[in-house]
Amino acid sequence: MSLIVDIHRALGSFTLDVCFEAENGVTCLLGASGCGKSFTLKCIAGIEKPDSGHIELDGVVLYDSEKHINLPPQKRQVGYLFQNYALFPNMTVRQNILCGLHREKNREEKERKLKEMLKLMQLEGLENHRPAQLSGGQQQRVALARIMVNEPRMLMLDEPFSALDAHLRDSLKIELRDMLQRFGHEVLMVTHSREEAYNMSRRIAVMDQGRLLTIKDTKDLFADPGSIAAAVLTGCKNIAPARKVGDHEVEVPDWGIRLQTAQAVRDGLTAIGIRAHYFNIQTKQNRYPVRYVEEMEEPFEVILQFRYEGQAPDSPPVWWRLSKEKRPGEFPEALGISPANILLLYE
Amino acid sequence: MNFDWYPLWNSLRIAAISCVLVFFLGIFFAYYAARLPRAVKGVLDVFLTLPMVLPPTVCGYFLLLVFGVKRPLGIFLLKFGIKFVMTWYGGVLAASVVAFPLMYRTARGAFESFDQTLAYSGQTLGLSNTYIFWRIRMPACRQGILAGTVLAFARALGEYGATSMLIGYTPGRTATISTTVYQLWRTNDEKGAMFWVLINLAISTVVLLTVNMLEARQKKAVKA
Repeated sequence: MSLIVDIHRALGSFTLDVCFEAENGVTCLLGASGCGKSFTLKCIAGIEKPDSGHIELDGVVLYDSEKHINLPPQKRQVGYLFQNYALFPNMTVRQNILCGLHREKNREEKERKLKEMLKLMQLEGLENHRPAQLSGGQQQRVALARIMVNEPRMLMLDEPFSALDAHLRDSLKIELRDMLQRFGHEVLMVTHSREEAYNMSRRIAVMDQGRLLTIKDTKDLFADPGSIAAAVLTGCKNIAPARKVGDHEVEVPDWGIRLQTAQAVRDGLTAIGIRAHYFNIQTKQNRYPVRYVEEMEEPFEVILQFRYEGQAPDSPPVWWRLSKEKRPGEFPEALGISPANILLLYE
Repeated sequence: MNFDWYPLWNSLRIAAISCVLVFFLGIFFAYYAARLPRAVKGVLDVFLTLPMVLPPTVCGYFLLLVFGVKRPLGIFLLKFGIKFVMTWYGGVLAASVVAFPLMYRTARGAFESFDQTLAYSGQTLGLSNTYIFWRIRMPACRQGILAGTVLAFARALGEYGATSMLIGYTPGRTATISTTVYQLWRTNDEKGAMFWVLINLAISTVVLLTVNMLEARQKKAVKA
């Protein structure tokens, strides 16, 4: 069972050029706002039409520009959870969910499926409420219930947590993750949040300006993003241009230092990235003198900013993030980084 | 003496029929105009809204140009026994043309503010476009549509200019409340004119009160 997407479309300032395959399980499309993530979902759902390409789900062609196939959304059987959940405001919870059951003609069967879904989604007692009377979390469950009773062949979630309060988000993430695991078909989830992507998905496709840069298993992507855009999206704070000087050595001119790397450096290296957590006082490797610049306090962590001794005074400082208990009394004179923690970036 | 209630009956009949016609036509054009390419939409929009800003007598003049019994279309329609000049259903034509833009504009405004994702989610659930239109889009836009319908009804009921140009004033045949008021006033029957003015006021008040009541009930239903 798989989803094959290969679509192209001119979109104002950039061109959407997306090609990937997704298997059962959750795949995240991770990218900055306006990079074409949602548009890709809409093309798969049949709401938008690409200029050319091919979309196939479990062997059924949904769209093919050469064969002039373009199934209407009604025939694609693709579940789509919209960012605002798109519940019909004039209908009750019960009527909303029944909209997903319109194919079921047997009245008793319809009622049974409705009851079952209400129970599964913990919506019992809310049948006669209207969407406006529900909390954000309840609205999300109604929208999911409406999609699930419709028995879709795949599921697409567009920023499923953006409409929720922060304190609701974490518990709903766990609920939704477990539900998606039970679903057993392809799930595509769009998000611009690296935490959500990491929490929810098995694989991540990184998108930038309409292009799909990489598609990797979630943990691999965070360990080795490979490109500048992917490094930024996975939350890497320190990125600087670099060039290869040896098989395991790079030079970072902006910082005035050379770094040893665990990974072999390939030709075409453009930059290196260092996650703010990975600087260390004790580490002897890649150890260079630093000067304190300023700091920013967070609830449980602190960000200390510094510059390397050879670094230009007007260049952006380097970020070092550590938990408050580990904060040294005096700012250290030098900091090291383990060679395994240097991210090599090629684009 | 038997009082002549004909203008009341005729006005209500003309306003009701035009209102129904304009309801469907206004919604149809509002819905489809929104999907047209921008250039075509702009031109069509001007054309469809013109009757609202033109003096009604000018509308009546154009109607006579098209449907006059000596004009090609008028002659053609006459072969089927249809004559819009000096008939009560000519009044329906005149009132519809003048009231149409009110329905069209308000319905278009309502459709434009409709959250398109509701329609999309209906489609991905497999609901037919007809179902989505009548059961999701229309109810979501009902405030605007209701307002447009009432405005159109009130406008059709009060139509004078185009009506008097096209169907004139024939007691018992084409007389409406507004043409009767003018006619009675002109013939110095001030009392008679006042009577019909009061009738008109009463109808308009009832219509507006009904709308307010419907709106209040709807707001309550949404809140409850």
